[in-house]
Amino acid sequence: MNLLETFRTGMDAVVSHRLRSALTVLGIMIGITAVILTVGLGEGAQQQVTSQISALGSNLLTVTPGSTTSSTGIRGGFGSASTLTVGDAAALTSKVVAPDINAVAPATTVSESLVAGTTNWTTTVVGTDPSWLTVRGRSMAEGRFIAAHDLSTRADVAVLGATTAQELFGFRDPVGQTVNIAGQPMSVVGVLNAIGSSSTSSTSSNPDDQAIAPLTTASALFFGGSSRNAVSQILIQATSAGTLSAAYQEADAELLSLHGITTAASADFTITSEQQVLSAATSVDKTLTILLGGVAGISLLVGGIGVMNIMLVSVTERIREIGLRKALGATPRVIRRQFLVEASVLGCVGGVLGAALGLLGAEIVPHFISNKITISPVATLIAIMIAIGIGIAFGVYPAGRAARLAPIDALRSE
Amino acid sequence: MDKTATYPVVQHPVTEADDVWKTYRNGSLEVDALRGVSFAIQAGEYVAIMGPSGSGKSTLMHILGCLDVPSSGTFRLAGEDVSTMSEEGLAHARNRRIGFVFQQFNLLASMSAWRNVELPLLYAGVERAERQRRALHALERVGLGSRVDHRPGELSGGQQQRVAMARALVTNPDLILADEPTGNLDSVSAADILELLDELHRSGRTIVLITHEIDVAEAADRIMRIRDGQILDQELAGSTALGR
Repeated sequence: MNLLETFRTGMDAVVSHRLRSALTVLGIMIGITAVILTVGLGEGAQQQVTSQISALGSNLLTVTPGSTTSSTGIRGGFGSASTLTVGDAAALTSKVVAPDINAVAPATTVSESLVAGTTNWTTTVVGTDPSWLTVRGRSMAEGRFIAAHDLSTRADVAVLGATTAQELFGFRDPVGQTVNIAGQPMSVVGVLNAIGSSSTSSTSSNPDDQAIAPLTTASALFFGGSSRNAVSQILIQATSAGTLSAAYQEADAELLSLHGITTAASADFTITSEQQVLSAATSVDKTLTILLGGVAGISLLVGGIGVMNIMLVSVTERIREIGLRKALGATPRVIRRQFLVEASVLGCVGGVLGAALGLLGAEIVPHFISNKITISPVATLIAIMIAIGIGIAFGVYPAGRAARLAPIDALRSE
Repeated sequence: MDKTATYPVVQHPVTEADDVWKTYRNGSLEVDALRGVSFAIQAGEYVAIMGPSGSGKSTLMHILGCLDVPSSGTFRLAGEDVSTMSEEGLAHARNRRIGFVFQQFNLLASMSAWRNVELPLLYAGVERAERQRRALHALERVGLGSRVDHRPGELSGGQQQRVAMARALVTNPDLILADEPTGNLDSVSAADILELLDELHRSGRTIVLITHEIDVAEAADRIMRIRDGQILDQELAGSTALGR
């Protein structure tokens, strides 16, 4: 008896026991849907993180004051005695000492209360220079960014993030309006384009909720005395993602020599890349995906046990049929195959329906939750394969029992 | 008898049992269902095996049908010793050499009449078109040419048993084994089936009929009585007898 005939016989049995087959298929279907949706959810979260990496600039380095070493613990540098200065930033812009660095932006950040009319909004105020826009890879929604002459004249101007502008001015045009920052009235000259909030970004603050002021203005406003030249971070953009490590080396060497430090171990600053931090966030997402996938896998296992249960019932219920088929010349192998085909047809139908339901869910569910669901065709195919595999794996035992039945015992049973 | 002359002389009997024993083990208790049974059935014979329940006739039928093998002794089917065959070999022997007719009909309820009849051919590896042709032919032969697409549930008991007979015929077996074929039928249908068996016999088929009713057994040429696992006597029924 060839494979096609075996398949036909198996199909006949599946079709002639509609309700039972449908219930078995339902079990597999729910399992496959769960797997596809959870894997899709994890995949979607990872894609979000990846798109954030490129949004933040994959060739971005951040220099922060202080460093941690294994022997001395944390080396100081925060607060009033920041070890990074505007001078450090200026030195790094030199194409001679750092040919792989494209742009450098010194920045000081402070949390301040912003007041516009009667509206009060607390956000991060960043004091920086015009290269910040390039380094951060941002663009303007309207108005202009802070310019070089704003720094030299210590102009009282500010650029707002999209969220900040919305919170302070609602639907009014913020450009040309005045906002009070730490009691100092400043005129809004532009609004940044929104890049979307992120819960997983290393920059824990919302990139759309901040105010940008000229570095000189901010230093004079928020810091005084000797720390006027100090900055809380220097942002460095390498010429490309490929030259990131070269840029890292150059910045490291230049800052060490500027600070008169001879050994790298005693550096009073730390250089990190956004990628390092985001890869940690990605791995958290991966862990979550594995966890959810595990739960979905268990539901698939339950579906598989359902298949086995139904197949065992089927063998018991059809003991006479098996006996008759054997009497008519079916060998144990043919009987085993017939039951395996039945089990795998159930698995296959469950898998295909489950995949269809999963795809449907991937379209509908994101309308109700903020997360994106990314379905990959490969993962869907694998899920269907797994469903068939489960059908076969859990069908082996019942099929073996059917094949071993002695024809006389089977025929005798009522 | 002249019937043997119209068919080629077969060297071996269709079936031949030589001192066949069958012992069942029930826990620590051993039960001898067959105790040294010997007989031979020639091609074209119509033999009835008769005995009360518990006499061993079911066990004998199982061995005749290659559904079981003897505990000792030899049993040959068309000259082939089946007592040592594997399960697979027995399946092939049943498929090629034996056509079963059961008391319970044993038709598959979800399949139409012709699909039931084609089943043995399916296991013999016959092509689909050929299977259908032969199944329809067999159904015509038993007088059900107009009911080929009916399911067993849509047929009367007598008609169902005819379908089962068509299924037994379709492989052109060496032996038709009918186990109480009239046991579940009313007297009219029963007479019908017995007439069909008789007709098959006249066309040269070898038939073994297992029954406990003497009226039914009398339809056969020869009656083998069995009791307590042993053959009591073999009498010739009716007027014709085969030379042995």
